Amino acid sequence: MKKLKTTTKIDFATYAGVTLAFLLVYALQQGGSLTNAMKSWLVPICSFIVMAVSLNLVVGISGELSLGHAGFMSVGAFSGIVTAMSLTNAIPSGPVRLLLAILVGAVFAAVTGVIVGVPVLRLRGDYLAIVTLAFGQIIKDLINCLIVGYDSHGLHIIFNLDGLRSVSDLHMEETGVAIIKGAQGAVGVPKLSSFFAGYLLVMVALVIVLNLVRSRTGRAIMAIRDNRIAAESVGINVTKYRLIAFVTSAALAGAAGALFGLNYGGLLSSRFDFNTSILVLVYVVLGGLGNIWGSVIAATVLYILPEALRGFQDYRMLLYAVVLILVMLATNNEQLKALLGRLIPKRKGAKSNG
Amino acid sequence: MVFFSYLFSGISLGSVYAIIALGYTMVYGIAKMLNFAHGDIIMVGGYICYCSMSYLGLPVLLSVLLSMAVCTVLGVVIEGLAYKPLRQASSLAVLITAIGVSYFLQNAAQLIWGVTPKIFTSVASFPMPGDLNSLGLSSEAVVTIASCLIIMVALTLFVNKTKMGKAMRACSEDKGAAQLMGINVNKTISLTFAIGSALAAVAGVLLCSNYNTLIPTTGSMPGIKAFTAAVFGGIGSIPGAFLGGLLLGIIESMAKAYISTQLANAIVFAVLIVVLLVKPTGLLGKAVPEKV
Repeated sequence: MKKLKTTTKIDFATYAGVTLAFLLVYALQQGGSLTNAMKSWLVPICSFIVMAVSLNLVVGISGELSLGHAGFMSVGAFSGIVTAMSLTNAIPSGPVRLLLAILVGAVFAAVTGVIVGVPVLRLRGDYLAIVTLAFGQIIKDLINCLIVGYDSHGLHIIFNLDGLRSVSDLHMEETGVAIIKGAQGAVGVPKLSSFFAGYLLVMVALVIVLNLVRSRTGRAIMAIRDNRIAAESVGINVTKYRLIAFVTSAALAGAAGALFGLNYGGLLSSRFDFNTSILVLVYVVLGGLGNIWGSVIAATVLYILPEALRGFQDYRMLLYAVVLILVMLATNNEQLKALLGRLIPKRKGAKSNG
Repeated sequence: MVFFSYLFSGISLGSVYAIIALGYTMVYGIAKMLNFAHGDIIMVGGYICYCSMSYLGLPVLLSVLLSMAVCTVLGVVIEGLAYKPLRQASSLAVLITAIGVSYFLQNAAQLIWGVTPKIFTSVASFPMPGDLNSLGLSSEAVVTIASCLIIMVALTLFVNKTKMGKAMRACSEDKGAAQLMGINVNKTISLTFAIGSALAAVAGVLLCSNYNTLIPTTGSMPGIKAFTAAVFGGIGSIPGAFLGGLLLGIIESMAKAYISTQLANAIVFAVLIVVLLVKPTGLLGKAVPEKV
């Protein structure tokens, strides 16, 4: 049998690790050893793993700093919620509606990704970062103005530009259901998401991202990251490949958003603000840029950390901040790196990734 | 004359953004880092001034000076503890550290002063002549605009005429070469942080005087807006930060008045995007040709 490449081995180990972790947690859940608080973490952890993996595609693999990733999550969440709620009568089965919601969320986020990506990817470095930040804020504000309802005639959508309109301006029938109430966000959302669905989404995201990275397209994207001019000179279409990475990432973030949105009874658009984008960026940087399994682990650990620190009550976010700063200082400390390098002998032929 | 009232409030808001943006842009120009904790220094400045006026009963001018002094020390300490060890690290690592510092300041403020809003008595409240008052020009606006102009002129003179200013310009151009010429780069960076933080304290006091409330997250949104203003004007450029801040304030005020209160922020950011697409380095930013 042909020997597997190292990267292939790492990919399979990632799939196996995620599956094992899922089975373990699932067994614990069935065995009743998880508290209710812990159970409520499961779906958000899955969503944030997908968010981190997808952002890693942009920040780590494609090398663009994006500060507006929560915007795509928001688009996915609200379009997913509208899909799931408006199809309540047409499709009674919950899992099917969840699947449709995730797909619609991904498609809407991908379209937004194209709209944002085409102008944004002309810019570079910190300018690109600030424009993605700006788009994130714009998306949040626009969704904040949205009022959506559903009755037998279909969807009713109005745009609350002056802040004076409410659900009654939709002129729905008596039986109509309000889905998004402007600044009050989405209300009465059915909880369709489950841990199993979250696990499946994580696996799909991993398969998509890892296969993209190892493909010809992925190599082109990384070549552009490492040296744009050299990549261009060997005939790589820079805009096309950067856009592929950006839109794929947006679509996955949308899917994660739909999963996240359908896990709660209600959802505010301010849930997906600048801080959420930053949170996901922290997962990606601490997990390691371009390191997909690192993102998975970092998202899980860093989601649980503030929750686990609840015992410290008011001090928990302070502790979180201190841990964050200390980890950044420690991982970038030359002496510590040299010490670790001596303790862990490098394998022959292993690439150093300093 | 409603238009003038909106214009004045826009210029006043823009002046606050400009003062914050000056701090952002100087730090960016010299340390090449996005200091996301800058907005929270504003908040600390506001709280220090509040405490010194309400608890210590110090006069206004002394309170402002005290808050500037505390923020200067805070800025230098943050730089020394959190950013200095990361001089050689990737810019992303520094960015995340800055975010950590921002969380730290916000949560520390929440522990010390609580989440309930503090009512900030304006430091710049005096009776205005009647005809100016009818135009909607408040005393706070006058003081804010005047402070901004003074700071702008002083800073330009400092950077262009003094030896320290020359050192700062040299460091922002090429740190290695500056060091070879005998400039103490670390000291220069600390000085930049000190000036930026002192300006943030002034901005905090003025901001709180205009809005009268103070919470631990007071600085976040103005921080992001000022960052936008700095990029808008061309990050790293001092006149650019001034122009960007002013324009951003006016656009925000006009958008609130004539288009939509809900979408005012979105409109500000949309204008930024359009400007960057037409002029990718901001209004007054220098385009640096790419070396191959």
